[in-house]
Amino acid sequence: MIKINKLIAFLLFVPALALAAGDHIKLDRAPINEEDQASLQRGARHFVNYCLNCHSAGYMRYNRLQDIGLTDQQIRDNLIFTGAKVGDLMKIAMDPHESKNWFGVAPPELSVIARSRASADGSGADWLYTYLRGFYRDADRPSGWNNTVFANVGMPHVLWELQGEQVLAERKVRGEGYMKTEMALKLDKPGKLSPVEYDQMVADLVNYLVFMGEPVRTDRKTIGMFVLIALGLLFVLVYALKKEYWKDVH
Amino acid sequence: MAATPKEPVQFSGAGPLNTPISGVLTWVDQRFPLMSLWRDHLSEYYAPKNFNFWYFFGGLAMLVLAIQIVTGIFLVMHYKPSAAEAFASVEYIMRDVPAGWFIRYMHSTGASAFFIVVYLHMFRGLMYGSYRQPRELIWIFGMLIYLCLMAEAFFGYLLPWGQMSFWGAQVIINLFDALPLIGPDLSTWIRGDFVISDATLNRFFAFHVIALPLVLLGLVAAHIMALHEVGSNNPDGVEIKKHKDAQGRPLDGIPFHPYYTVKDIVGVVVFLFLFFLVVFFMPEMGGYFLEFNNFIPADSLKTPPHIAPVWYFTPYYSILRAITEDFMLVLAIGVAAYAVLIRLTVRDRRIGTAAMAVALVVIVLMKGGPLAIEAKVWGVAMMGAATLIFFLLPWLDRSPVKSIRYKGWLFKTALTIFVIVFLVLGYYGTQTVTPAGTIISQIGTLIYFAFFLLMPWYSVLDKTRPEPDRVTM
Repeated sequence: MIKINKLIAFLLFVPALALAAGDHIKLDRAPINEEDQASLQRGARHFVNYCLNCHSAGYMRYNRLQDIGLTDQQIRDNLIFTGAKVGDLMKIAMDPHESKNWFGVAPPELSVIARSRASADGSGADWLYTYLRGFYRDADRPSGWNNTVFANVGMPHVLWELQGEQVLAERKVRGEGYMKTEMALKLDKPGKLSPVEYDQMVADLVNYLVFMGEPVRTDRKTIGMFVLIALGLLFVLVYALKKEYWKDVH
Repeated sequence: MAATPKEPVQFSGAGPLNTPISGVLTWVDQRFPLMSLWRDHLSEYYAPKNFNFWYFFGGLAMLVLAIQIVTGIFLVMHYKPSAAEAFASVEYIMRDVPAGWFIRYMHSTGASAFFIVVYLHMFRGLMYGSYRQPRELIWIFGMLIYLCLMAEAFFGYLLPWGQMSFWGAQVIINLFDALPLIGPDLSTWIRGDFVISDATLNRFFAFHVIALPLVLLGLVAAHIMALHEVGSNNPDGVEIKKHKDAQGRPLDGIPFHPYYTVKDIVGVVVFLFLFFLVVFFMPEMGGYFLEFNNFIPADSLKTPPHIAPVWYFTPYYSILRAITEDFMLVLAIGVAAYAVLIRLTVRDRRIGTAAMAVALVVIVLMKGGPLAIEAKVWGVAMMGAATLIFFLLPWLDRSPVKSIRYKGWLFKTALTIFVIVFLVLGYYGTQTVTPAGTIISQIGTLIYFAFFLLMPWYSVLDKTRPEPDRVTM
């Protein structure tokens, strides 16, 4: 019996061992608030300005931006730069075959990127937030850029004028009782935005990408609250009904 | 009353049923056995009065089946079963179809919920010996439902046409490739192409929306008919039909309706609370109900670094991966030991000899040099055996009592270890292969089969307590 208990304990413990063995990327938590409409609107503007030239969002309609507090007229005036109608999908003119020649890989479709980038390491938002702040100069890459979370990425650093140029430099950090060196990002040439401003801008953009991945996200939570409250009330009733019927069962 | 099902129903005098409705009922009843069906299956189906928590899950499985069918019908109205359009049509449902996201999340959550309630329902059967005589056929129909459900889930999983859909199907269909002689032709025949393609998607769609649901409904009907023929088991594992009153009603039975209908409604509300908690607040369930990789459209040129089936298949997937070339020796020794055990303990010598002969053939096919079949094939065979072995349970359990309440520590320990092993195998099935993981899966595989194959011995050796005469509350 003792042996069996030991075996059970062992079997229960082993998943923890295997978990410790995997290699994980450390992701920064994305400081986003999906109910902050101002942030979502700024994010939408960054998205159409910087992303929607090479990347499409072909499952997303422009007028869905009504969900983040914009009117059709505002969307037309500020966010549509092509001949697209407000009810159209966010498609792009770039031919994926050509872009594959230019970048080595066709730029991925971004409608659900925030959902597909989630992993055991963190949410999709965390990945995107870390990724968009993780570009550094790398002379060995054809584009001149590399990335800390996406090694040998095909995309050049589109936002470099804003962030500036980072390099990967050695840095001494305190280890357990000794100093060790690790590679860390360092801002080499500042850009138009301060690091704080740039992080805020990326957070807005990521916030928007999360919204675009599932526009109904905030609505479903609101509806869900009502559904759960209704079921909670229903429980009281049906439980009382059951009690009443079962009074005579002994 | 239950004994005279076919007599025409007469309503006379004052009473709640002497209304225009009762006239309609009488009219129908003279042409269709409506009232007798109602009586036989609900108002005069006597269920043991001592059902506990574990008896909610059969009814809940029916509820989930209904949810899946209804949401499925609405999904099919908008879904496009074509490789070019499938992924986009799912996103169209999520964004442009009114309440489409709600229907889709109910369906995707329902798939996992189905397996959760079915696994708990099966565990109930294991605990209380619900598979024992005279309920063997109920168990067999139930296991067929389980197999059908796995096929249904597998076919359905291809339909969103994401990366995991595509590569998961690829991995599973490639298993057929491993079969000797016919393998490659068989897998091409299943796919309808040399790779997973539009043709595969279309036939999987056909299986998912019509073929398997039809079979599933038929099996559910058979499962319930067989159950209502012999009557329900209960946590004490004693037959309530042994003690009847003057009218022939079991003393420990209560009419299913209204007693268990009102009780099951409580279970339904609690279940729906948890179900909608997932649907509205965590539809991806941390990547277990909706895998993150499946938000990337299927790409036949880009193999994901880590392909794992959805959680409900992972115990079997672990067993498949556990069968490596180095493990074959252990398996061969296991087979030999099992044959020796039969030879030494079964009184009928012919059975022992036959077991030795079969074991010899199996061992030659496992480790017999040029005659040996490769480990990959054995992996597929063991995975299949792991699901099919449940069918034998009614004949493997030879304990004098049915319920775990009166079984001894041997069975209780065996069942506990089996459940832990099932969960551990399930966990490793979701992970990438590691040396430690493989060894644990191999140990788990041995224990998994030992639970079933050694049951004829330990269920007899087990020190049981006497069953009570009547059920206990």
